[in-house]
Amino acid sequence: MYAQLVDTGVKRVKTLNEMSPEERHFQEKIDADIKIEAKNWMPEAYRRTLIRQMSQHAHSEIVGMLPEKNWLTRAPNLKRKLQLLAKIQDEAGHGLYLYSAMETLGANRDEELEKLHSGEVKYSSIFNYPSRSWADMGTIGWLVDGAAIVNQVVLQRTSYGPYSRAMIRICKEESFHQRQGYQILLEMMRNGTDEQKAMVQDSINRFWWPALMMFGPHDTDSPNSAQSMQWKVKRMSNDDLRQRFIDQTIPQLELLGCTVPDPDLKWNEERGHYDFGSIDWSEFYSVLKGNGPCNKDRLKTRRNAYANGAWVREAAKAYADKHKQAAA
Amino acid sequence: MTTQHALTEYLLRLGDSDIILAQRLCEWVGNAPALEEEMALGNVALDLIGQARSWLEYAAELQGEGRSADDLSFRRNEREYRNLLITEQANGNYADTLARQYLFDAWHYYLLQALCDSKDARIAAIAAKALKEVTYHLRRSSAWIKRLGDGTDESHQNMQQAIDDIWTYSGEMLMADDIDNLLVEAGIAPDSAAIKAQWQAHVSATLKEATLDCPPMDSYMQQGGKQGLHTEQLGYLLAEMQFLPRAYPDAVW
Repeated sequence: MYAQLVDTGVKRVKTLNEMSPEERHFQEKIDADIKIEAKNWMPEAYRRTLIRQMSQHAHSEIVGMLPEKNWLTRAPNLKRKLQLLAKIQDEAGHGLYLYSAMETLGANRDEELEKLHSGEVKYSSIFNYPSRSWADMGTIGWLVDGAAIVNQVVLQRTSYGPYSRAMIRICKEESFHQRQGYQILLEMMRNGTDEQKAMVQDSINRFWWPALMMFGPHDTDSPNSAQSMQWKVKRMSNDDLRQRFIDQTIPQLELLGCTVPDPDLKWNEERGHYDFGSIDWSEFYSVLKGNGPCNKDRLKTRRNAYANGAWVREAAKAYADKHKQAAA
Repeated sequence: MTTQHALTEYLLRLGDSDIILAQRLCEWVGNAPALEEEMALGNVALDLIGQARSWLEYAAELQGEGRSADDLSFRRNEREYRNLLITEQANGNYADTLARQYLFDAWHYYLLQALCDSKDARIAAIAAKALKEVTYHLRRSSAWIKRLGDGTDESHQNMQQAIDDIWTYSGEMLMADDIDNLLVEAGIAPDSAAIKAQWQAHVSATLKEATLDCPPMDSYMQQGGKQGLHTEQLGYLLAEMQFLPRAYPDAVW
């Protein structure tokens, strides 16, 4: 999930009786699964929640380019270099879709970028982990994009039309990335050397828990979920999505011939799901607070890119203004 | 020198220039001035890697030693690389990157256009596909030369400096050696004098429109890349690019 903690600013969900006529009409549309569009009336808290969620989501796409860019100049062959580059390019495109969708709510992308750079708005905690080996390019594609897809597939049915449509487009490309990531690992496990196989297992060991954290805190520790669910901004709870992800990922893990660093993981016949061990929530909150291995570097890179590019953006604007005047 | 040997060398020059320039563009990813530029740089790099693969596959086949385009890219040392010196120059600031890109694109465009008529059918086919991509590259880079040249005072200065700094590496692509001459005679490669005239016309017109001074066309020009005599920059670039296949020679990826 690319937006892990979104504050709705709402302490308690209102009942239909407590709502104003406008609010009630809005909630009835939601309940009838009618999409909300940019020009429709919506509660201010719904608008703000969506702006927060979509900007977090967009920022995650942009910051998420960095751990992959780290191996772009070192990809081991031309095919992998092409794939990785195409993937990173898609991510920039996803960022653009999401900023556009977010702007339909009256937000402004430059202002939201300022908030990212100042640390006021977050991005997914997963991108604060370093990519230490080439195998991480496979693991990020498989586990990280895999977790994102589980979330985004559900978000295709989110109540806000522009967000929903962005998710539909994005999911098509993401699924492709995920298969490529898995294929990187499969190739190394099936045809690789012992060193390569160890590289894959080490990568899974490092990314497994952080990938599970992408779904956000436990439902019981997720105070804003009830309102998000009632608005159908969220369609499934954090824990349900996480369980779905684990259930579909473990067979893929077995096909690789790898393990996960969780001694408590086992199939529960009765539940029809995998049981798994407890997540280290102190690490999760610590990374969100800025103490992950790469938080400082990631933000610094983005801030520098933006600051160093200012004169280029100003030049483009000055040129456009001059030529607009000339044409007028 | 046989035509086949000359042809192989010629293909390496084309492929190597593409891959090295693409590698430089990859360094920008995540650091570009705007999201749209992230995408555009990635796009151009993708095109160039694709083209490199086509040229190098053909070169590897002609060599007949069972090597692949990957072997040629990742297992040759700097002395064996045949890329133009301009392509290995460091990114610098955005104006430096665009000056390098534009001067290369303008040459690349006219070269590929001429190569579409090559007597070597495979070269003509690769050139025809690549030309579509490079038409876009040239449109984009020449637009940026104008935006930066005719943008703000700061961007104008940066752009002029960038053109002046890279200029000495712009002549190599327009100079012919024995390999080029042999292939021109065989009808495989185009006459560089014709391309030089087209390049000079495009460059002087673009710089003029960008309100920039065009350095003298007869300035002293560095050369050596096509013969494997590179600037000090290439060694580092290859060390980074080739690290994995070198460190794990038996690995498959």
